[in-house]
Amino acid sequence: MRVDLATVEEVAKDLYIRAVKILPDDVKQGFERLSRSETNPRARQMLGTMVANIAVAEAQRNLTCQDTGIPIYNVTIGRNVQVDGVDLEAAIARGCARATVEHPLRSSVVHPITRRNEHTSCGIRVPVVNVAFSEAPEELAIEMVPKGSGSENNTFLRMAVPADGLDAVKTFVIDSVLAAGGKTCPPTIVGVGIGGSADLCVHLAKLAATSRPLGSRCADEEGAKLEAELTRAVNQLGVGPQGLGGDSTAFAVHVEIAATHITMNPVAVNMQCHAARRATATLTPAGVRHEA
Amino acid sequence: MTHHDFTMPVTEEAARSLRVGDTVTLDGTLFGIRDRTQIEMFDRGRATRFDLAGHAVIHTAPNVRKVAPSERFPAGYEPVCIGTTTSARMERFTRPLMTQCGVRLVIGKGGLQEDSQAAFRELGGAYLAIVGGAAALETTWIEAIEDVDLDDVNPESLWKFRVRGFGPLLVGMDAHGGNLFRDVAGEAQSRRAAVLASLGVTAR
Repeated sequence: MRVDLATVEEVAKDLYIRAVKILPDDVKQGFERLSRSETNPRARQMLGTMVANIAVAEAQRNLTCQDTGIPIYNVTIGRNVQVDGVDLEAAIARGCARATVEHPLRSSVVHPITRRNEHTSCGIRVPVVNVAFSEAPEELAIEMVPKGSGSENNTFLRMAVPADGLDAVKTFVIDSVLAAGGKTCPPTIVGVGIGGSADLCVHLAKLAATSRPLGSRCADEEGAKLEAELTRAVNQLGVGPQGLGGDSTAFAVHVEIAATHITMNPVAVNMQCHAARRATATLTPAGVRHEA
Repeated sequence: MTHHDFTMPVTEEAARSLRVGDTVTLDGTLFGIRDRTQIEMFDRGRATRFDLAGHAVIHTAPNVRKVAPSERFPAGYEPVCIGTTTSARMERFTRPLMTQCGVRLVIGKGGLQEDSQAAFRELGGAYLAIVGGAAALETTWIEAIEDVDLDDVNPESLWKFRVRGFGPLLVGMDAHGGNLFRDVAGEAQSRRAAVLASLGVTAR
């Protein structure tokens, strides 16, 4: 399959607009689950407001949250796909800028030193474009994540050492959730990266928080056991929706892992707020397939 | 727990009458501010032509559409989506907002810290918590963008909104030392050792 760049641009634009307006089904189901189990009256009321907001956004075709985030595009290239990488990145950036100008969306992106806003949601190395590969024949999948700053500002990395053991990992996750309090707009999806190098560890935490649907499991059995344990544990802290108390601190803790060095024991935490937005489309020889 | 309907601006006495756990709904004028707005005002000494005395400010930076000024869109901006951002980043600006501009109420999400708490007590003010992320709903409480100042730092301009039925908002911090965020954080911290023990970890 040869990838058509005009289609990529159009898809990159549509995905940004769709992501900020319509929450994925697994997140809506997550709200239903928390609403059933929450015992704190104030927390129940807040969850009710969040659910009502999702409905208002869909009815009025408005954004669920004002924060248009830092735009991230996760591209997965299957087998037998022909595309020029430089052109692909450029097409995605054009689509991102068009969504911002044409909708319009608030450009939340500035130069990190001058703080100048180009009002395109684009800048040096932004949108973030991550590229991965898959076995899927003749498919190019694009996932768009508008990552909100309230949750992104609560990202933590600890280069623990082997002598600290898995206890350091568990303690770090609990302490990160405590430190974040209401600032991350809980209930959150707590992404935990374990292992790898420092940068890979943070990247895995981000993928765990933003790219994995609720209800999915870590592919590694030990990781899956740990994430179930941590999900139960963080929801016993009582931080609750918006940090104002309750059982619903997190929809889930997601763990992603990578092999690491014999002398290293890195752990990273990145959180996704309750506006857990992402949208995906797949380019195939038969056309574009949008996923809910 | 009492519900208060405020038409802005309000007096010091009205701000002091709020207690944590109360709810408030606002009508009239509401000012939108953010990080950059306050960096310009308080670090770079830029003045605003707006009178903020007795008013409420909300931590926000809206999505807007530029349109021709009209009766409906007097500032030449149509509201698209107006929500609330995390307050904690702007902690150090609460006191100057109150002492230099006479602001009485700060609306945001996630809570503020100790100096804001002290400023509310000394000067007569309160923090009103909104449900963050619920911006589509919040936008329905905004009637119009009436005016805008410091617009060169758009979207972090100083926005003047006209609101109707803006709320209910929860009083999260009051002028009497009450602070729901601090109470919840303290309770969560007190559970830390037991939660770690449930994971087989001895708390350090």
